[in-house]
Amino acid sequence: MTYQMSFGDLLPYWDVLARGLLYTIILTVVSTVTGLAVGTAGAWARSFGPKWAGYAVGAYVELIRNTPFIVQLFFVFFGLPAIGVKMTESEAAFLAMVINLGAYSTEIIRAGIQAVPKGHLEAAASLAMSRLETFRYVVLKQAFMKVYPALSSQIVIVMLGSAVVSQISAEDLTYAANFVQSRNFRAFEVYLVAALLYLLLAIAMRALLRGIGRALFPKA
Amino acid sequence: MTRVKSFRLGCAVAALVGVFAAGALRPASADTLADIEKAKVIKIAVPQDFAPFGSAGLDLKPVGYDIDMANYIGAQLGVKVEIVPVTSANRIAYLQTKKVDLVISSLGKNPEREKVIDFSVPYAPFFSGVYGLKGESSAKFDDLAGKTVGATRGSIEEQELTKSAPASATLKRYEDNNATISAFISGQVDLIATGNTVAAAIAEKSPARKPELKFIIKNSPCYVGLNKDEPALLAKVNDIITKAKADGTLAKFSEKWLKAPLPAEF
Repeated sequence: MTYQMSFGDLLPYWDVLARGLLYTIILTVVSTVTGLAVGTAGAWARSFGPKWAGYAVGAYVELIRNTPFIVQLFFVFFGLPAIGVKMTESEAAFLAMVINLGAYSTEIIRAGIQAVPKGHLEAAASLAMSRLETFRYVVLKQAFMKVYPALSSQIVIVMLGSAVVSQISAEDLTYAANFVQSRNFRAFEVYLVAALLYLLLAIAMRALLRGIGRALFPKA
Repeated sequence: MTRVKSFRLGCAVAALVGVFAAGALRPASADTLADIEKAKVIKIAVPQDFAPFGSAGLDLKPVGYDIDMANYIGAQLGVKVEIVPVTSANRIAYLQTKKVDLVISSLGKNPEREKVIDFSVPYAPFFSGVYGLKGESSAKFDDLAGKTVGATRGSIEEQELTKSAPASATLKRYEDNNATISAFISGQVDLIATGNTVAAAIAEKSPARKPELKFIIKNSPCYVGLNKDEPALLAKVNDIITKAKADGTLAKFSEKWLKAPLPAEF
């Protein structure tokens, strides 16, 4: 063991790492918000939607949850251009993450919806609430409250999984770490720092999500 | 071990040492060319793991640019060619220990190697450059302004691009050569910086998006390697290569194996 640590070699590249970190944060936030919207729509379709929509969403969920994320990403970025759908690497990364989180959150939210007692639906009907009102005020709020911890975990998993988008040259934190490593060959230091940044990011995200949860569901 | 046995072993070792010492004491400027012409056979080291210069063909015999070159030199000398497959790690050792007469193994020139062996004139183009589709015009780094170029992260050409391309050029860095190739073939980028052998591989896989050389980033052609103090052999090999270049033989090899004409700079 004669390896000499030198974290100082990272200093000239701090802006590269900072830009990568920012990219990861933005990508995660944007695709989380969109992905949850997709998941909510999917959960509605599987629970209350027309039969064909339920089957379609079911097929989508099974397809995405049973294939690796990197394959989905490569298909979007390298595969789709063959049929004329060409995206930049950021668009492809965003789309792949939305598709992925959409499938997982569909199932999580659907579980929450199923946990809403039948009597609540009947009560809403007897109050002459429309189907949309019932879904919005009676079902969705309770469902989100019940599955909020599971959903939070999934969002953090998606953030960590976003490291994969570096493979299509999207310039996230992992891309930045790989880049610095290819320049100063300080693999130990670079990846240690990148790992710590991901850890900090995950802790910060959990704290933020907990705060949002308290604000949304004060009683819980 | 008995005493007699160890005595015998000692004798054998001494004899071996003697043989090596005698070998080292041989006059330095042996005329390998004369030896080759007398024996009617030339032994040439070629790569077996480096397509398109040399790789195993369908019948497991090496094929490639270097093998064609070896056979051409043999034909010009009028002797039989004995092909000796080597790896890039042991090719110079094969030459130094006289297991082969020539090394034609995509060998590049550098000062360390020049200390131990001699080089002919270049016989094959080997370079990295910026490639793009037909019709795309970028003749120098400055022409890349505002354009997007793909390259493999950490490669020589990627580092050169980072240094020399204008600030308004966008660099897409991919994990490995395969991702760079995929990005070009799928149309994610219309320009890539890569080696001529990688470009040849793309041209073969995807004729519809054949990459054309726009300009050379770093040129390090291949040379025939031979032992030092072989002026007759060196002159002969240089003559043959010069002739091959003049009569279009090298151009033919280049089209056949590298899917591109010889570059003007060659």
